[in-house]
Amino acid sequence: MSVTLLIEQLLNGVQLGTMLFLMASGLTLVFGVMGLINLAHGSFYMVGAYATAAVTASTGSFLTGLAAGMAAAAVAGALVELIVIRRLYHRPHLDQVLATFALILIFSEGTRWIFGSSPLRLSPPSWLTGFVTLPGNTRYPIYRLVLIGVGIVIAIALYVLISRTRLGMRIRAGESDREMIGALGVNISKLYTVVFALGAGLAGLAGALVGALQSVQVGMGEPVLILAFVVIVIGGIGSIKGALLGALLVGVVDTLGRVYLPIFFRAFMPPSEASGVGAALAAMLIYILMAIILAFKPKGLFSAHD
Amino acid sequence: MSDAVLSLHHLHKRFGALHATNDVSLDLRPGEIHALIGPNGAGKSTLIGQIAGNIRPDEGSVHLAGTAITSMSVAQRARLGLGRSFQVSSLAEPLSVMRNVMMSVQALQGHSFRFFKRVSRDAALLEPAYQALEHMQLSHRAWTPVFELSHGERRQVEVACALALKPRALLLDEPMAGLGPEGSAKLTELLEVLKREVPILLIEHDMEAVFRLADRISVLVSGSVIAHGDSHTIKQDPRVREAYLGDSNA
Amino acid sequence: MINTTSQRAPGAVKAPGTERHFDRKGLVQMTLLGLLLILPVVAYFLGHLYYVNLASRITIIAMAAVGLNLAIGYGGMVSFGHAAYFGLGGYVAGISAYHAFDFTPFMSWPISVPGSDNLLVIWLAAALLCALLALVIGAISLRTTGVYFIMITLAFAQMIYYFANSWPTYGGEDGLPIYIRNTLPLLDTGNALTYFLICFIGLILAMALTSRLMKSRFGAALTMARLNDVRLATSGISPYPIRLVAFVISAAITGLAGALYADLNGFVSPTVLSWHFSGELMVIVILGGVGRLYGPLAGAVLFVMMETLLGGITQYWQLFLGLVLLGVVLFAQHGVMGLLAGRERNE
Repeated sequence: MSVTLLIEQLLNGVQLGTMLFLMASGLTLVFGVMGLINLAHGSFYMVGAYATAAVTASTGSFLTGLAAGMAAAAVAGALVELIVIRRLYHRPHLDQVLATFALILIFSEGTRWIFGSSPLRLSPPSWLTGFVTLPGNTRYPIYRLVLIGVGIVIAIALYVLISRTRLGMRIRAGESDREMIGALGVNISKLYTVVFALGAGLAGLAGALVGALQSVQVGMGEPVLILAFVVIVIGGIGSIKGALLGALLVGVVDTLGRVYLPIFFRAFMPPSEASGVGAALAAMLIYILMAIILAFKPKGLFSAHD
Repeated sequence: MSDAVLSLHHLHKRFGALHATNDVSLDLRPGEIHALIGPNGAGKSTLIGQIAGNIRPDEGSVHLAGTAITSMSVAQRARLGLGRSFQVSSLAEPLSVMRNVMMSVQALQGHSFRFFKRVSRDAALLEPAYQALEHMQLSHRAWTPVFELSHGERRQVEVACALALKPRALLLDEPMAGLGPEGSAKLTELLEVLKREVPILLIEHDMEAVFRLADRISVLVSGSVIAHGDSHTIKQDPRVREAYLGDSNA
Repeated sequence: MINTTSQRAPGAVKAPGTERHFDRKGLVQMTLLGLLLILPVVAYFLGHLYYVNLASRITIIAMAAVGLNLAIGYGGMVSFGHAAYFGLGGYVAGISAYHAFDFTPFMSWPISVPGSDNLLVIWLAAALLCALLALVIGAISLRTTGVYFIMITLAFAQMIYYFANSWPTYGGEDGLPIYIRNTLPLLDTGNALTYFLICFIGLILAMALTSRLMKSRFGAALTMARLNDVRLATSGISPYPIRLVAFVISAAITGLAGALYADLNGFVSPTVLSWHFSGELMVIVILGGVGRLYGPLAGAVLFVMMETLLGGITQYWQLFLGLVLLGVVLFAQHGVMGLLAGRERNE
């Protein structure tokens, strides 16, 4: 049982990690290029999930829904950038925090107003339900494997985008020198809108994919947002590579901690107490991990900014 | 050089392949102005950082009045008597001149964890700060917010902040930069008097001021001191002429 | 030598404008404080206990915001995790009452610590424990600056939140009731007006402490740490311990408010530990006017009024709160006190 459990939980951890990466990469790009801290990133996650659920319900096609969800989040991102965010680039972080906190309130309550308080139903399409048998006789849901696959594809696509394309070149230029890039004649405001929308689209994709696994409801983006913060603080703000490694680390540590800590404490405690202590400690585990990493590297593992 | 107030011994600092400080040794003696000059990119900022405490050297040591300060923080060095001014003036703009200077007095007295006595009535803070301003001929601006001051006045405030520390040595980073001829002349005059009380390590681009003020000059090129001596020696040194004066304004 | 050191009488150097004078700002502040004191008293004698408790709520939230304002407004430390201290303070009250009610010890090893329903004991414990927690969190977080600091304080608060949620002994996510309000010698804390007055005194003390602190040497150093920490270090004072002490005091004030809040509601749950609450505290500080003595009070009045009035009209009142907040951040950066009482001078 134990090897099977370990493989299964490792995969779950990687799956959580890849979805965190979709969130964290947008956050870290926006911070790296524009120097902006965006709390409303979780709202795009929610927008993506709601749009996917609504379109999937009306068309019957999960893929159409997914495309619509990603597009809706990207459009919401672009609009938010045009209306609010671009006024915040030269403001102190405190203003950015508050304005984007206000956006969360607006998005959450607005969504509740339109869709109501009860969760929407969204399930993976039938051709993605079911299990595969992995080596070692582990049965694992296909859909979760697909999520891992999507995460890997997006990570590769982002890598190619940033290292091989004109847009990527501009993003890298923007990260290293914001004044310089304007002097080169790049249209900065357009670049910023595109980067912001890209990040929002990825968050929307993650929201839709995870929404089909859990549930689609108001506030679903917030726990993920905070995990994504932990990810980019660990990885180093502004670094995509750091976001990827941080996301996998957080995903695996969090998942394994929740499974194995209660088991561990059962070795020398009565079962009821052990599960309580284990669960409480598991909930804190990634924050303890973050604190330890920061104690040695206050700028994270791969800081892009000194 | 046992009488040196400030001394650097064989400092090295590398950033990757760049040897930014290469075996630099120099000292500062009581009553003198020792000028450090060098073309852009010679490694002056890196060297200042190692003296002031922002940068740790890879090798070598820094001593202030006989104490090794190589591994001390900026604040510890300041309390030991290392006053400094910045190339781009670094003051709290919204606060008055006095508030800026009083901070040094407070540090010197070592009582920053006093929570109740009002600083605005604390003669032990006010008097020494005011005296430092009088010293820099700036007491008429005592209660003016820094953002209303001219460029030259800010330089004077920075020096006053350093003086309020009752420093053993002053480290002035391009104090003449951005001053007009008049401001430059005034500051030169002030420094000439000041050096009798506190020796000054002067990093300066303004050659006229350097040759007028400095008792000794060290020339830094590509991280190394290539020449050292009084202004006459330096003016005559062929390596300096080649490396520095030749391609600069002199 | 330029010896311009003239002979002055001792104490001749004086800061200008330190004399007190009454102006528009003073009028606004006195009105705010006066109304907060008088209205609940009137409401009490008219028998509207609801409004007395509402005033207690405003007062306590204002006190929590006074604590946060010390960190954000005066210290420039944008803490996004002050709910941790508010919540811890609340849980101290709740847990202590729980054990006092049960006659079980809170701890039996290595020393026996019984529960207590004495508010003085609870307040002391809340302030000390919050200070201790802030010392640990601050010591790690203050090694970083800017966005890192914001995110790390948030993450640590989330850690406490999840801990409280999954620790079953004290109610987990259901929270912990305080069946009988904790007591003080000689006073009937169960009386709504008495309890309001206790909270009011707490707020006044917190504001007086902040005001006094900011005029002291410590405050001068903290102000310099916020405005220009390079200057502070160059002057010979390390910014880190100054910030850390301010952070700890800030947390202790917010934690005391949390203990008062738990007793007001007779209940404490992980909700007060949530990041939403940290955000709301920041909103209150900013709505009122950041770095102003009366800002947190003005912000708390405005926030609770909006919550009560708008919340009575629509269940989506936070949508409008979001819009107002967005407007304030984008267009009215000096908050309510900035609008009513003019800009703050820095001297």
